[in-house]
Order: sequence, then structure tokens, then C-alpha cells
Amino acid sequence: MRRYEVVFVLAPTLTEEEADEMVETYSGVAKEMGAEVADVDKWGKRRLAFPVQKHSEGYYTVLTLQEPAGKAVSELERRFKVTDAVIRFLTVRVDEELKRAEKFEKKREERQLRRGRKVSAGTAGTEAEGAEKE
Amino acid sequence: MVRKKKYCKMCVGKYYFDYKDARFLSQFITENGKIVPRRITGACAPCQRKLTTAIHRARHLALLPYVRR
Repeated sequence: MRRYEVVFVLAPTLTEEEADEMVETYSGVAKEMGAEVADVDKWGKRRLAFPVQKHSEGYYTVLTLQEPAGKAVSELERRFKVTDAVIRFLTVRVDEELKRAEKFEKKREERQLRRGRKVSAGTAGTEAEGAEKE
Repeated sequence: MVRKKKYCKMCVGKYYFDYKDARFLSQFITENGKIVPRRITGACAPCQRKLTTAIHRARHLALLPYVRR
């Protein structure tokens, strides 16, 4: 299973309801194409860092999809390209990154455990030295 | 003399750089919107690379500026 994050920005000329509706349709399309919609994150209207197609704001939405191949993603991208109301979009495959991050996290925990043991051993050593000096 | 081992501060705190987190990424761009070089951020090569991709992605989504004058 691959995990994708599909971010798209809708034009601010839409009303809030219209934007919500479009998000619904897109998640519906994704489902139809055999993807599991793991999360829909609406950021609402947000200021753009620079004007895009003369718009200075946009509705941001992040769809997190889980699917075996990129079918739903390519269909969504095709639709984004055709739709004028979508001013920007970006798809990122995140499963590998997540896996790597997890692995790294585990490694770090192990290292910390080992270091913890070493530190306690080290303090024991200095205490012994201190005792000798006295 | 014991020299303290150099390390990458990025690696310690965070491994995954989220392109959606504009506030976090904005720490690593200058006032003009340029990416701060490695010799100043102190990031290790893999981290700087990931950071750069994240910034590029954020810029595409208009979360961060390409140029700011």
C-alpha cells in the first residue's frame, strides 16, 4: 500500500460551501478509484505567499490517501488540471518517508538507552575517583 | 583536550521536514526568501537536502515566497 498526500488550493472566489462541496467530490472520486481516504484536512481560507492567477488567498485542503497503485492520484491530478478553480496542487508519496522516520526514531531510542547505561556507569567511576582523592 | 563532538542540530530534534509547516520552514529562509546555507544553519548534508526539498514544495503551494523584496 502506498500513502499519498494530495494538497490542493481552491480559488477564493468560491464560497465556503462550494469549496467544501468540491472537496467532497474529490474525496468521492478517490474512493471510486479504489483508494482509501485516510484523512481530509481542511485548512480553510489562507493567505498565499504570493499571488497565484491574481488570487491572494486560497482554500487549502490535504487529502491523505492509501492505495495500492497511483490510479486515484493520477485521476485526481487530471481533474485538477482541468478544473479552473484549482489554482495549485501537489502530490507527495509519504509511505517511504514515514517508514524511514520510524526506523530513525527507533534507532535513536536504542542509542539513548545505551547512552543512559553508559552515563550511569561513568558517574559511578567519577565517584570512586573522588573518594580516592579524599 | 577533549573537543566536543560536532553534531547536526536538525537530526536531534526532527527527522522529517514537513513541507506543510510554513512557520517551521520560515526559520530557514532569509528575509528575501532565500534558503539559508548549510554553513549557517549547521545542518548535516542529508538534513539540508530534506529541508531544501520541503522548502521547494512549500513554495510551490504558495506557503513560502520565492522572492520577497
